Amino acid sequence: MPFKIVASQCTGCSACEQECPNVAISEKGGIFVVDPKKCTECIGYFDEPQCVAVCPVDNTCVLDMARPRYAS
Amino acid sequence: MDVSAERKASDGSATMGKARQAFTERMSCSGTGAGGMAGCTPHAVSADLTSEIWEKVKNHPCYSEEAHHHYARMHVAVAPVCNIQCNYCNRKYDCANESRPGVVSEKLSPEQAADKVLAVASTIPQLTVLGIAGPGDPLANPAKTFKTFELVNKVAPDIKLCLSTNGLALLDHVDAIAKCNVNHVTITINAIDPHVGARIYPWIFYKHKRHVGIDAAKILIERQLQGLGVLAARGILCKINSVMIPGINDRHLVEVNKEVKARGAFLHNIMPLISSPEHGTVFGLNGQRGPTAWELKTLQDSCEGEMKMMRHCRQCRADAVGLLGDDRRAEFTTERIAALGHKYDVEARKAYQARVENVRHAKVAATRRQLAELADCADAVKVLVAVATKGSALINEHFGHAKEFQIYELSATGAKIVGHRPVQLYCGGGYAEEDRLPTIIRAINDCHAVFVARIGGCPKAELIKAGIEPVDEYAHAFIEKSAIAWFKRYLDRVKTGEIKHVERGEAATAHASIISAA
Repeated sequence: MPFKIVASQCTGCSACEQECPNVAISEKGGIFVVDPKKCTECIGYFDEPQCVAVCPVDNTCVLDMARPRYAS
Repeated sequence: MDVSAERKASDGSATMGKARQAFTERMSCSGTGAGGMAGCTPHAVSADLTSEIWEKVKNHPCYSEEAHHHYARMHVAVAPVCNIQCNYCNRKYDCANESRPGVVSEKLSPEQAADKVLAVASTIPQLTVLGIAGPGDPLANPAKTFKTFELVNKVAPDIKLCLSTNGLALLDHVDAIAKCNVNHVTITINAIDPHVGARIYPWIFYKHKRHVGIDAAKILIERQLQGLGVLAARGILCKINSVMIPGINDRHLVEVNKEVKARGAFLHNIMPLISSPEHGTVFGLNGQRGPTAWELKTLQDSCEGEMKMMRHCRQCRADAVGLLGDDRRAEFTTERIAALGHKYDVEARKAYQARVENVRHAKVAATRRQLAELADCADAVKVLVAVATKGSALINEHFGHAKEFQIYELSATGAKIVGHRPVQLYCGGGYAEEDRLPTIIRAINDCHAVFVARIGGCPKAELIKAGIEPVDEYAHAFIEKSAIAWFKRYLDRVKTGEIKHVERGEAATAHASIISAA
């Protein structure tokens, strides 16, 4: 299950883009989006998903329930 | 920090201690802060050190109160990322009419920022300083921050560079800061006790992990204090900003003041918490209040000793432009900059600044002459006065046009700025709005007089009724000289019995309550 960014809450600060080990996050019209094909939920890199840990607004980087969990 | 760094830091503290002393002497020998330029001999420290520090601060509106009347600064918003969360900050809120740190209207790339600096410096020749202060933390955006500094160093080498950080990443970037000739660094330190810190910082992001609570505050405070020591050892002037949050860190800031002083800080700036529910901050939403002007001044007074306290901070936005208190950022949006077609003329800027220096010299000399008349005055009387000014250290603003009043404390030792009070314009578009007058009077109610370039008959009568003397006889004269002249006459009138000296505002109330409690 990759992460997704709740557009209405994104401040556009780019902190997540900077921290993502998979280069899965990019800007789209002032806010940021996750490429579900690239997101590994940070598995294999860090103990906690970096976008969640660094995002200044709680519950903005969340698991995308519509997609299956990432399997390494 | 390893042992050698620790040693360097403590050496630095000694050096900065001397620097502070030198600065204090320069500030006090004329009573205004520009003493060294008008033939006042500094003593007790080597002349070299004194002039080195003086050169660094004399044109910096944030580091020198005296300079803030004459010189302008700008912030470029190239640093959107932050690595900590503070309970007084909400990164989502972004309003063009809002003036507080962390708020911007437009984020810039380093290239756009350099263009903006050129455009502003060409239009406003008083511009001497470029700062990066956010809207996040400059050192959480090191690539953009240092690229901006590098570009500006190239195109406008006469502009001083500074940055403002929470200090978490400071130790990682000391070399880069020194390499870019950043001479001034502001570190926001709100606590040195992690238990206090935990009530201000819900979390930090450090080494790929979110830390919360006391653990987070402990890491942050350690890194801030180590960073301060190392920077001071490198000869970089450090200002400490602290947000005063009543009931959380207000008393504790006295301890913070002692600690940062010992670690080599040059200047301490205690600012009031800005808190309102509509800002959407944790403190705003849970009803945490900011301090009153009197509470703030009392704390600042109790911290003032050998280290200078900053009293003229306007808590500006991360994209502010112009003199402190007169934001001109609206003139320099990216669109407008493209249309401006500017030419950077270093010589014209130098010539302009030389004229400013002449004015400063004249002002210092005038203050000194006036101060001599107070020389035999042993009175312990202290009064506050409000001043309407639009810069150049002159009383040159109409009462009705003032967006803020600068507050000076007058005593036998001279005139000292102790703060400013923002107000709503009394006069909007040619007609006065009567309901605004009471709020202005409340804002300056602890003052004995208000100095203005002009004032209408109606507000004049209301001020007198409220016990505040409206003074317009010093229109377009230097603030400090005029205030001292007025104060001398005030003391004379008290002496002859023409008027009776009474304390005003919260000081009077506090005094009265102490008496009634006894």
